[in-house]
Formats: sequence, C-alpha cells, structure tokens
Amino acid sequence: MFRYTKFTLIREIGLWALALVFLAPFYFLVTTALKPDSEMYTTSALALPANPDFGNFVKVLTATGNSNVMAGLVNSVIITAGSIIGLIALGSITGYVISRSTRRWSKAAYYLFLVAIILPGQLGAVPLYMGARGLGLTGSAWGLIVLYTGMLLPLSIFLYSNFFRGLGTDYEEAATIDGASKTQVFSKVVFPMMAPATGTVTIFAGLIVWNDFFTSLIFLGGSANQTLPVAMYYFIGSLVSKWNSIFAIVIVSMIPILALFLFAQKRFIQGFSGGLKG
Amino acid sequence: MTATMQPKSEAAEAPRRGKRAPGAGRPARPRSRSLEFGHWWWALPGIALVIAIHYVATGIGGFFAFTNWTGIGSFKITGLYNFEAIFKDPTKVGALSNTLFLAFGSVLLGNVAGLIIALGLNRVLKTRYILRTLFFMPVVLSPLATAYIWKYIFDFNGPINVLLKAAGLGELAKPWLADPQWAIWTVLVVLVWSSTGFAMVIFMAGLAGVAVEVEEAAAIDGANLWQRFRNVTLPAIRPAVAIATTLGIVQGLRVFDPIMALTGGGPAGATETLATQVYKQAFALGNFGGGAALALVLAFIILIFAVIQQRLTRSNPED
Repeated sequence: MFRYTKFTLIREIGLWALALVFLAPFYFLVTTALKPDSEMYTTSALALPANPDFGNFVKVLTATGNSNVMAGLVNSVIITAGSIIGLIALGSITGYVISRSTRRWSKAAYYLFLVAIILPGQLGAVPLYMGARGLGLTGSAWGLIVLYTGMLLPLSIFLYSNFFRGLGTDYEEAATIDGASKTQVFSKVVFPMMAPATGTVTIFAGLIVWNDFFTSLIFLGGSANQTLPVAMYYFIGSLVSKWNSIFAIVIVSMIPILALFLFAQKRFIQGFSGGLKG
Repeated sequence: MTATMQPKSEAAEAPRRGKRAPGAGRPARPRSRSLEFGHWWWALPGIALVIAIHYVATGIGGFFAFTNWTGIGSFKITGLYNFEAIFKDPTKVGALSNTLFLAFGSVLLGNVAGLIIALGLNRVLKTRYILRTLFFMPVVLSPLATAYIWKYIFDFNGPINVLLKAAGLGELAKPWLADPQWAIWTVLVVLVWSSTGFAMVIFMAGLAGVAVEVEEAAAIDGANLWQRFRNVTLPAIRPAVAIATTLGIVQGLRVFDPIMALTGGGPAGATETLATQVYKQAFALGNFGGGAALALVLAFIILIFAVIQQRLTRSNPED
C-alpha cells in the first residue's frame, strides 16, 4: 500500500509546477532589481535584464539619513540579538521556577503569562509609548530590546515551562545530592538540557523581532536609529515607482532572514509545527 | 504574533524527551518530597516585566479609550463618546468590515491551499522536504518586503497586466491597487500567499499523526480518495484545522504592515483596517483617546476569537 506509483509521479510534477507559480514573485524580484534605469521603462515586466548590473544595490547601500539601510541592518541585528538573549535568560529561569515550584503562587504566575499571550498588544501600544518616552527608552536600541523582551516574554516562558514539564527531575536530584547549589543545578544541568526549547524560542522571537515594523516604527519614530524595516519603509517612501531600486533594498532586507532559513530550515519548520501543535 | 500561541497546547517539545506526565496540563503536581529546585524569587523580574508591559499598559490603554486625551496636556472623561464616534464614522465601520473580510478570507483561502498542498506532499513523494521548504519560504519574509514585491506585480505596468495583455485580455488590465473595487482583493491575494506555507506546515504535522493502517483499512474496504479524506483524514486532523484557522484569524485581525506598504489604507479608505486606523488616529492624528477606543474594539474582537479557539481545542480529546 501507498507505494510510489505513476499517480505519485504526476502528483510530484504537479506540485513542482505549483511551486514554480507560487514562487514566481521571486523571479520578478531578482530580474527587476538587476535592471538598470534605462531598461526599467522600456522592457516588459516579464523580460530578463539585457545588461544586468548591481548599480541599484550600490545606490541602496550608500543612502544616508532616515533611509540608511546599512545602519538599519546593524540596528536590527543588535536589537534582535539583544531581545533573544533577554528572552532566553529571563524566559528559561522564569519558566523553570514556575513549572518546578509546587507552591500555590506558581500556578497563578503561569496563568498570568498565559493570559498575557492573548492580551492584544494594540491596546497597550499608546500607554507603552508614553511610558517609554517618560523613561527615555524611545529612540534607542536599548529601549526596544527591553520592550521586545517584555512583549515576547510570555511566549518564551510558555515554551520553556511546557518543556520543563515533560522533563524528569532525576538529573537535578542527582546534582543536588552531589552537592550542587541551586544556581549550579540550573546553569550546569538544566539549562544545557533545554537546548531544543532554546532553539524554538530563538526562532520564534528572532523572526518576530527581525520582521517587526509596527513597534519600531512607533518607538524609533523620528530618531536616527532605525531598524531595517523602518529604513526600508522610509527609503521606498521617497521613491516613485523606481522598482529596480525598491527591489534592491527589498532583496538586501530579505537576504539575512532567507539565508538563515535555508541554513536551518528543518529547525525552523519543526519550531513552527512543534511549538504550535495541539 | 504574540497572540498566536496555543494556550492549551501542552508540552510542545516534551515528546522528544520521554513521556509526557499525565497531569502535564496543570502546573507541577505536588510532590511528596520536600526537594525544591530554584529559588522562587528568580521569577520576579519576569513577572514584574510582564505585569508592567502587558497588564498595566493594557489597563491604561483601556482607560484612555473613555477619554478625549490627545497625548499632551489634560484630558476629560468622555464616557462612550469615542465608541459612538467609531460607529458613526463610515471610514471606521469600513475598516471594521475590511478587517473581518481580510481575516476570514485569508484564513479560508490560505488554509484550503495549505491543506491541499499538505495532502499533496503527504507520504511517498521523493522531494517532499524540498517542496515543503519552498512553500514555507514566504512565511519567513517580512510582511513589508512581501508587500512591496506584490505591489509591483499588481502595478499598472507590472507582470499581471502584461500577462493579461499577452493573453488578449487587455481590457481587464487595471491599476489593481488604485481601484477601489479591486484593491481589497489584491491585498487578500498577498495575505493568502504569505500564510499558505504556515497552514501547510501545521497540516503536515497533523497528517503525520494519522495512522497509516486506518487509511489502508479504509482503502481496502473500497473507500475512494474523497471518502477516505472526508471520513478518515479530516476527523484525524481536526485539532490541526482548529489551530491553523484560529491562529490565522487572530493574525489576520491585526493586519497592519502589508496594508501600510501596499496601499496605506487607500484608495479612499477601501483597504483601511482597524490596525491601520489605530495607528493613524493615535500616532499620526494625535487622537489618543479615539485610537485607544478603536484598539479596544479590536482587542475585544480578538479576545472573542481567542476564547472560541480555546473552546475548539479544549473540546478535543486529542489535545
């Protein structure tokens, strides 16, 4: 039963054809970005560039001001990495304590985080902005790292505490009996065992923070410190249908995440289906 | 995306490490031993941060919805005035219906497409993992980047119109995103494109759990492809369907980035959504009270669907 038959071959070919149509936008993206201005308006949208060049990329990468793509790239890397570190540090330790503790408060804390996952962020956006402005957290990478850590912490704690519940306490008991302190048990025994959960948190949080536009638009608005999506938004806003330039910046913005995805795609997809599976 | 998690999905990573405890749904069962791990106060920074950023901020936001605050200076409590204003303003009522249309439309089409692809990729296909990677690719792209690519595709001189003209259907060519009647459908296409891969992965995970024997038994009993799908596969992947659809709806209800990049809400408010209106009211027009009220309406709608999602998944024994 369910062997590779002629029908399976047809199914395979059909799906490849579907995939080609599905991914056709990438064809337009790449071919257009390589067209010099002279070809942009004279050739068909479907045509390959006759004299492909990288002029558009040079233009995009050397822009300054609000649409400084290079600075945006650096900022995005700093903010994403900082948020991930914060989420792993706080998420793992909080998830550990609330899932291991037998006291009554830990149950309450668990629900506190669960409900926070459902609470819609839009409602808090305005007061958060006011509060962050009062604390001087707007306009800086530090501010955004703190904000993202707080915003995604419930998700991180949820993933971690569920992981702990499936984990026996044998190793921790053994380490305790051998004389390890509570801090040592966590840092030397527990944390290394949680690598799969840490991977899932990294992927989820990293993707959300890297791609986020709304939060950084609001909290970095008007400052010289832009993230990549905001720099891209401003850059494109200053162009009028110069699609070759627009696509050059789109490609620059998607290379890091796409490269990461293709490199770790198995882990990515497992993270999504595993982290969300019922 | 913070709300996309499944509150009831337990032990997400657990099966990889030994069996899941039967009481996994509840916080750790009381142990007879007195051995405790970690200090309870380790949880304090996390709890404080979440209370401040989620609870306090949301509470204050809820309060401002009933005021006329502009963001500076003093404010007056205006009761339900902001909400009345929302339902009297055709732009905002339009934003509400656009939001619902986009959320449900993208979920329906994205999930049907995702399910078809997942079924197609299920078992024996030699290149199923490469295909899965390809179909998943749009999911990792930023909604902003995705929107710009599609903006060009639907441009008046873009590929869609070029293809239409080449096919002799030149009279159908139009500036899709600038056409008040078609703009929202264009946005829908973009949302479906970016969400299909996500639904596919959830369905593939669900399909992997369907026992081959049951399907074989049904096939031996003479069930055709449709009957097998309808009576064997579909009931078995019901939890996956519930998750994929409800997550998609919650996602779809807060759609912001693609709209800002594709149309900015235009033409003439034809693609305005609640999220873009919240942004414009609160941050561009300085109407903090009105923006907060709109956010509260959006929050309320999202909460309703989050509760429905809870119900759907809880009622399922598979969970």
